Amino acid sequence: MNEIVNILLFMVSCILTNNFIFSRFLGCCPFLGVSNKVGTSVSMGLAVTFVMTIASFFCYMIYHWLLVPLGITFMNTIAFILVIAALVQFVEMFLKKSSPTLYSALGIYLPLITTNCAVLGVATLNVNSGYNMLYSVLNGTFSALGFTLAIVLMAGVRERLENADIPACMKGFPITLVSAGLMAVAFMGFSGLV
Amino acid sequence: MSEKKSMGKVLFNGIITENPTFRLVLGACPTLAVTTSAINGLGMGAAATFVLICSNFVISLLRNFIPDRVRIPAFIVVICTFVTMVQLLMQAFIPSLYDALGIFIPLIVVNCIILARAEAFASKNTPVSSAVDGLGMGIGFTLALMLMGSIRELIGNGSVFGVNILGASYQPMLLIVLASGGFLTFGLMLGLFNLIVKKLETKKKHEEEQAA
Amino acid sequence: MNLRLSTAPHVHHPVTTQRLMLFVIIALLPAAAAGVYAFGLPALLVLCISMASAVLSEFLWQKIARKPVRINDFSALVTGLILGLNLPATAPWWLAMIGSAFAVIIVKQLFGGLGDNFLNPAMAARAVLLASWPVHMTNYVAPTFFDSSIDAVATATPLVKPGTQLMDLFLGNIPGTIGEVSKAAILIGFLFLLITKTIQWQIPVVMVGSVALFSWMFGADPLAAILSGGVLFGAVFMATDYVTNPMTPWGQAIYAFGIGLIVSLIRQFGAYPEGVTYGILLMNIATPLIDRFLPRKIYGHQKEAKKA
Repeated sequence: MNEIVNILLFMVSCILTNNFIFSRFLGCCPFLGVSNKVGTSVSMGLAVTFVMTIASFFCYMIYHWLLVPLGITFMNTIAFILVIAALVQFVEMFLKKSSPTLYSALGIYLPLITTNCAVLGVATLNVNSGYNMLYSVLNGTFSALGFTLAIVLMAGVRERLENADIPACMKGFPITLVSAGLMAVAFMGFSGLV
Repeated sequence: MSEKKSMGKVLFNGIITENPTFRLVLGACPTLAVTTSAINGLGMGAAATFVLICSNFVISLLRNFIPDRVRIPAFIVVICTFVTMVQLLMQAFIPSLYDALGIFIPLIVVNCIILARAEAFASKNTPVSSAVDGLGMGIGFTLALMLMGSIRELIGNGSVFGVNILGASYQPMLLIVLASGGFLTFGLMLGLFNLIVKKLETKKKHEEEQAA
Repeated sequence: MNLRLSTAPHVHHPVTTQRLMLFVIIALLPAAAAGVYAFGLPALLVLCISMASAVLSEFLWQKIARKPVRINDFSALVTGLILGLNLPATAPWWLAMIGSAFAVIIVKQLFGGLGDNFLNPAMAARAVLLASWPVHMTNYVAPTFFDSSIDAVATATPLVKPGTQLMDLFLGNIPGTIGEVSKAAILIGFLFLLITKTIQWQIPVVMVGSVALFSWMFGADPLAAILSGGVLFGAVFMATDYVTNPMTPWGQAIYAFGIGLIVSLIRQFGAYPEGVTYGILLMNIATPLIDRFLPRKIYGHQKEAKKA
């Protein structure tokens, strides 16, 4: 019972308290780049969630069952990035074959995810924090859902700002960053929640 | 791109014209995350510069041997090698900075600036000019990080490079060194940068019109 | 409070805005008077500085950006007054000044000015101040009622403490920010806003009801939960900001309900003692999505496709 409560709290902390964007700065490039429409940001969020979940799982196995026994844990970055790149390739091929509709929705985002620092970030964080396999995978899934929440909220705000009379020099990235800053202030309200 | 660019121009390009942080807005994550103080910004910039120069040089050397289809994974492996080297060196010699930058050192691998320069410049140019391009981009990145780090440290802590400037009576604005302050500072600086660039351009245009 | 709907067509109607803003200021006066009565001249000073700073910031920005100066629509004055009422009476002068300037310039004008901001300026500024200078922002004192024999006593939290009487909460005999102490004064303002049809009853009532419901579910006294902290002040004056809440009645209900949930969550489990500011800000952020995904009637129009 206690364990279930702990897991629930861990999920909430991944989504809200330690939000990848608003408190950890991971995945900012897609957050700033692909957040101009709600529809695309939902797809991007789902694609990231998918990849981060399986990447957490495989990176955990590679690290604990391969790198640790061989005593080459300093190679973790290079191992992880290869795992992630390979996974993204496989996911892309698999989706193309099995689910063309899903592929057409997520396809263009998949290559971008290889260089999304959130994916490599979560794999590295899992190792640094010493999570077991369950927590690693949960961390992957729910941090990615936190990322999705952030990017979808951002897209909503940006759609609303489309017709706003924003000063010319602030249009685009600057106003998006300022909005993100103000959203991060609001998310601070969740601190200490877990 | 094969025409000979003067090295000075290549260098200048990275620092001002195509400043990776302020003009291209690449590598936003480390820019936001590590600029809580000037020294962190400098450390991150230096690490990235080292990786940029080395990876640009090596990728340029290998540019005729890497098959086009697997070039991205190959680039990543080269970059990753240098990142791991930086990581180990920093851990050994400057552990305090290593701890401060934390997870963002391994994440240099996926910093868009480095892969973008490998793809856009190093895979098409000679090793020496690629290394110079890496140096220019690295300096541009470092200057941007240092500037932002200095501003955030000044407002959020009253000091720059750890030296107290605003005196003991200054009440630091803590928000600026927190996560949201990173976004706000970056956004406002970017807006200011755009404004200055635009002012300079209109001024130049005016002068040209008057000359004509 | 920016009283202009953000749907097209964007017709500027300064007279109407001015009138609405004036009503809001009148409605805020009882709360302001009660705050000054409770905390004395320092409270009055804080209010004056924050209002002056807000109006001056708006004026300077519109001059520098070469926009028509619209300080006479009173929207900056309202922002300044609401922010001032959200500060403790002990706030230093520069805190009120910076807060108002931030609210007007960064939260409102950078986004295009009145009607284009996605957050309530006063609320965002308050959250920024709270994160930046937590000590100054939570330096609450017990009311002195101009009685020099009572020393100003610093207290830790504005929320209800054991032994506080509900009547004290209602009348304002408690520590807290300037505007939120006297619930009676806030209710007078609420009635005025309802009678003049400046706001509708739905958002405040749903929000307060939701705070009561969730406080009860989390094991707190619902009545004390409503009467303590900034719930009533937030519900009447900040959650009702026309610009930053959803356009449809159902959307507004979801919005207000969500604020109540977040407020109760933060109060019960979070690091901050009070969550009204964050509740309102977070639901402001969700507002564009609520508007987007709730069907709304458009006269002379078939339902639009939802695809982006």
